[in-house]
Amino acid sequence: MVFESLADKLQQTFKKLRGRGKLSESDVADALKEVRMALLEADVNFKVVKDLIAKIKERAIGQEVLESLTPAQHVIKIVNEELTNLMGGTQSRIAIASRPPTVIMLVGLQGAGKTTTAGKLAHLLKRQGKRPLMVAADIYRPAAIKQLEVLGQQLEIPVFTMGQENPVNIAKKAVDQALMMARDIVIIDTAGRLHINEELMNELKSIKQTVKPHEILLVVDAMTGQDAVNVAESFNNDLGIDGIILTKLDGDARGGAALSIKAVTGQPIKFAGIGEKLDALEPFHPDRMASRILGMGDVLSLIEKA
Amino acid sequence: MGFFDKLKAGLEKTRKSFTEKIEQLVIGYATIDDEFLDDLEAVLLSADVGVATTSKLMAEIRKGIKDKLINSPDDLKPFLQEKISAMLVGQSPAEAASHNPPTVILVVGVNGVGKTTTIGKLASYYCENGKKVLLAAGDTFRAAAIDQIEIWGQRTGTEVIKHAEGSDPAAVAFDAVQAAKARKADMVIIDTAGRLHTKSNLMEELKKINRVIAKEIADAPHETLLVLDATTGQNAINQAKLFGDAVKLSGVVLTKLDGTAKGGVVIAINNELGLPVKWVGVGEGVNDLRPFVAADFAAALFADK
Ligand SMILES: Nc1nc2c(ncn2[C@@H]2O[C@H](COP(=O)(O)OP(=O)(O)OP(=O)(O)O)[C@@H](O)[C@H]2O)c(=O)[nH]1
Ligand SMILES: Nc1nc2c(ncn2[C@@H]2O[C@H](COP(=O)(O)OP(=O)(O)OP(=O)(O)O)[C@@H](O)[C@H]2O)c(=O)[nH]1
Ligand SMILES: [Mg+2]
Ligand SMILES: [Mg+2]
Repeated sequence: MVFESLADKLQQTFKKLRGRGKLSESDVADALKEVRMALLEADVNFKVVKDLIAKIKERAIGQEVLESLTPAQHVIKIVNEELTNLMGGTQSRIAIASRPPTVIMLVGLQGAGKTTTAGKLAHLLKRQGKRPLMVAADIYRPAAIKQLEVLGQQLEIPVFTMGQENPVNIAKKAVDQALMMARDIVIIDTAGRLHINEELMNELKSIKQTVKPHEILLVVDAMTGQDAVNVAESFNNDLGIDGIILTKLDGDARGGAALSIKAVTGQPIKFAGIGEKLDALEPFHPDRMASRILGMGDVLSLIEKA
Repeated sequence: MGFFDKLKAGLEKTRKSFTEKIEQLVIGYATIDDEFLDDLEAVLLSADVGVATTSKLMAEIRKGIKDKLINSPDDLKPFLQEKISAMLVGQSPAEAASHNPPTVILVVGVNGVGKTTTIGKLASYYCENGKKVLLAAGDTFRAAAIDQIEIWGQRTGTEVIKHAEGSDPAAVAFDAVQAAKARKADMVIIDTAGRLHTKSNLMEELKKINRVIAKEIADAPHETLLVLDATTGQNAINQAKLFGDAVKLSGVVLTKLDGTAKGGVVIAINNELGLPVKWVGVGEGVNDLRPFVAADFAAALFADK
């Protein structure tokens, strides 16, 4: 690990103070500077960090911590709880429509992992007994349609294509087709786009108005930095999103963007992508993500005993 | 549009958010106090400059204040521009060339950063400069990756050397270098599958590709470009470190600078790893690649409206 564990750092900070009797408020403030660094190094948005630290400080400067024999553990416990809460506490699922088909639309920046995630999600739902149809609505990226077709072949799941036709028409015809073929899930893969590209954002709005998706999921690369909040805010304001899928969590990115996006949109993270293969999609666990952002791994289980 | 204007236009969003925030700060404060410095720190952090590099810049600013080089918020912008430029200087020129053609360029990076698109843009750039270019479809893993580079080949009128999906990428690289020699091509640009820097088996694969190329032409690859997405945060530093451990990197391509991401990683990577940025991507089109010039980049970051 490139980063020294936050828990270790806090431990050291407090150990230095141990000889001096009780902790003071400024001791805790010093420790929270370390927490702030860890959050920023994990790419949590700096505004989110500011709010979070204020909240944690309020809780940490209580008697309980100041007089504790294990103040580092107490501080970490509070930080961890606040982070987990911020990320949604419990796991969120996707909404299945009472009248099929359930229409799911995947949106996001270029290269975030939308097409791959379309395949993974279709695979997951198929294993749960659903009958998905994937829709190739990216008419811009070279070989995007072919990419989804290849995934469809690998998964033995049908893919609806209409070449370079207008994506709004493609989406509309695909839903009609799903009804005819008795497919109960429609997953629309859209082209990657910048949140500041008005023309392409309007295209998404038109698709939304036309097919009224039950779930618009924003696909976000876990390696994203401080800009994640701008991206998420734009997609949420323009389009309204129902959840987030975080990809590429199989690397060593600490994934602070996840926390930031949840904080600014209020929408839950529903799935995590953990590999390039089509079975590498998992339900998202807020608590695990919290310790990952802090760079602590297994330290938490020790703290539980404190 | 001249080069500088194009770069400036490409960085419009970057410049706006970054420079304007600093300007707002300067207008908002009559004197430099702690609150001002805190806000300035936030501007740097929000640009993905990172904790370490931000601390370094803030220390320089504090020293500048102490040494009376900065006396008012107005002095800050030129001071910071100079310091950031200084961190970015010492760049080598964008183009690599072998004494003995073909020049071999290997393109590597994590998933989805823009490797294949950058190769298409590079092919166009070199073709326009009168070079004979060959492309190698070295991503044999991702669905339709070969089709994607073939489309770029058609767009730019360059031949693509390919094998079947799922075949050994080192064999593709070998064939491409051989073909380039046989056809007297000037350049051969080799695509690779996206891979996370933490996956040691995939890093071994990259080393093998590298070895195979070096066996064919002793000093090749002449250029190994690491493609980084400008939207990436602090993880970019780990990417640069670990790719650099596997293969000898000669430079960075920073893509997607047409978004609102501020590309602050450039400063961090220069500062911490000394790895030069050679190109920036400012769009999805065939002409949306610019050579990176440090002074221009810093100037564009701070240019007046
Ligand atoms: N390691 C890893 N790679 C992933 C994951 N999800 C997607 N990828 C890879 O990321 C790259 C981009 O994925 P795509 O599905 O093509 O991304 P996209 O958002 O559809 O891209 P555009 O259509 O160009 O905007 C590919 O190399 C995928 O294999 C993941 O969870 N882990
Ligand atoms: N806006 C913008 N998009 C870009 C830029 N460069 C690449 N892209 C887009 O980013 C997405 C991914 O690009 P690719 O070239 O497929 O990326 P890659 O690194 O080859 O991806 P994998 O092979 O799957 O790892 C595509 O949608 C590209 O059009 C850029 O400079 N600006
Ligand atoms: Mg796609
Ligand atoms: Mg590629």
